[in-house]
Amino acid sequence: MFYNIGQIMMLFWRTIEAIPNAWLERKKVYDQLFEIGNASLLMVCILSLFIGGELALETGPTLVERGLSGVLGRMVGLSMCKELGPVMMAILIAGRIGSAMAAEIGSMRVYQEIDALRTMNISPVNYLVMPRMIAMVIALPALVIFSIPVGWLGGALVSSFNSSISVPVETFFHDLREGIAVSDVMHGLVKAFVFAIAIGLISCHQGLVTIGGPRGIGRSVTKAVVNSIVVILILDYFVTRFLIYFQ
Amino acid sequence: MSVAVRDLHKSFNGDEVLKGISFDVKPGETFVIMGPSGSGKSVLLKHIIGLEEPNSGEILIAGQSLHGSEVLKNYRVAMVFQSGALLKSLTVGENVGLYLTEHRLKDPDEVARIVAEKLEAVGLKGLEDRAPSELSGGMQKRVALARALVIDPQLVLFDEPTSELDPLMSVNIGEQIKLMRDRLHPTILIVTHDRDLAFGIGDRIAMIDEGQIRFIGTPDEIKNSRDPMIQKFIHAELTNT
Repeated sequence: MFYNIGQIMMLFWRTIEAIPNAWLERKKVYDQLFEIGNASLLMVCILSLFIGGELALETGPTLVERGLSGVLGRMVGLSMCKELGPVMMAILIAGRIGSAMAAEIGSMRVYQEIDALRTMNISPVNYLVMPRMIAMVIALPALVIFSIPVGWLGGALVSSFNSSISVPVETFFHDLREGIAVSDVMHGLVKAFVFAIAIGLISCHQGLVTIGGPRGIGRSVTKAVVNSIVVILILDYFVTRFLIYFQ
Repeated sequence: MSVAVRDLHKSFNGDEVLKGISFDVKPGETFVIMGPSGSGKSVLLKHIIGLEEPNSGEILIAGQSLHGSEVLKNYRVAMVFQSGALLKSLTVGENVGLYLTEHRLKDPDEVARIVAEKLEAVGLKGLEDRAPSELSGGMQKRVALARALVIDPQLVLFDEPTSELDPLMSVNIGEQIKLMRDRLHPTILIVTHDRDLAFGIGDRIAMIDEGQIRFIGTPDEIKNSRDPMIQKFIHAELTNT
């Protein structure tokens, strides 16, 4: 495990070293951005709508019963901003995009395409990893920005139409405006940024170390997704501690 | 451009694949490495192109040690892989021009012209926009050869260039390699167990078996060798009795 962590840190460092070439590789970055956005935007919206709705559905009746219906908007809003938006989107991206990255790079490794790049003095980090990392750290926070208001909307709709809650949309959003600051949204975006680095690094690393043909590619994909999700949840705790400390 | 291999050893998981390989290749020479499957030929080639690090021993390219240095970046070295190793996400044309575009050596129009010229040289004119998956195995190998030709190489390494090809296509690939040799005069290293290719194109042939060089000589010398293993290898035939 420590060997893998060391390798991932090395890859991170080499990716940072490659960033000055990002402008030259901008077409690959655009392609990856399109890939991530195109593959995920609709799913992000659907997922966020239902997460927001579910939050309201689970907590709304209890809050109303205790006379706290006025804080429902704030509760759904903060949960979406600080926790569920970034974490759920990161898990979604790890599953959809991280797996695709590991599979694509893994397949290139198994079928000697990466060896071919190296024989042409083309750095696989420059060519494959850096554009994906940059696209990931732009796309995931951007998707979280989409997911947060859609989640609020889901919460507002359920709060309004569910008979056991019946909090009007205006009341929901009034409370949400009162309780949410820009710093809360930034909190979620910082998390999304950190998760994006983790997903990109883990997925690209798994792809680059793939061995053993199609079965090896399958193993790499599974490892990339599982490891990404585990690391997202661990990082979530530490980033939250860090952000609370600086609040 | 000369290549020298000195006492090369390599093990994978305790299994010694290369057991002290040594040989010299002269500039402009076509040197063929033959041997049975699993004898360490491809691993040897990967060491020469810098894709593997030896446990011990040394490789000298134009007299400079490869180990821990970037000597290969100072020369135009190309490798044609057994599978072709074309990038599936790119078109044929993009594959052939990859070196030029990635290193920004030419403008796009010039790259397109060179790509067309190299594809024509390997008999694949007009296939720039095809995906590699649309081509046969032999065509993919010729595209890989065109990709190697783009850099006007000083050293070219071929890993099993005729494997999985029918006899006519094997001859065609051999002819393409000969054409390249006659036009560019690079040093060529070919790993193969195709006897016709080895005897038809090699200036010298090394026979490798179980990680060791068994014999080095001209095609005639190797044909006249009294080594039973070599005789068995070069005369092996399936008899229908």
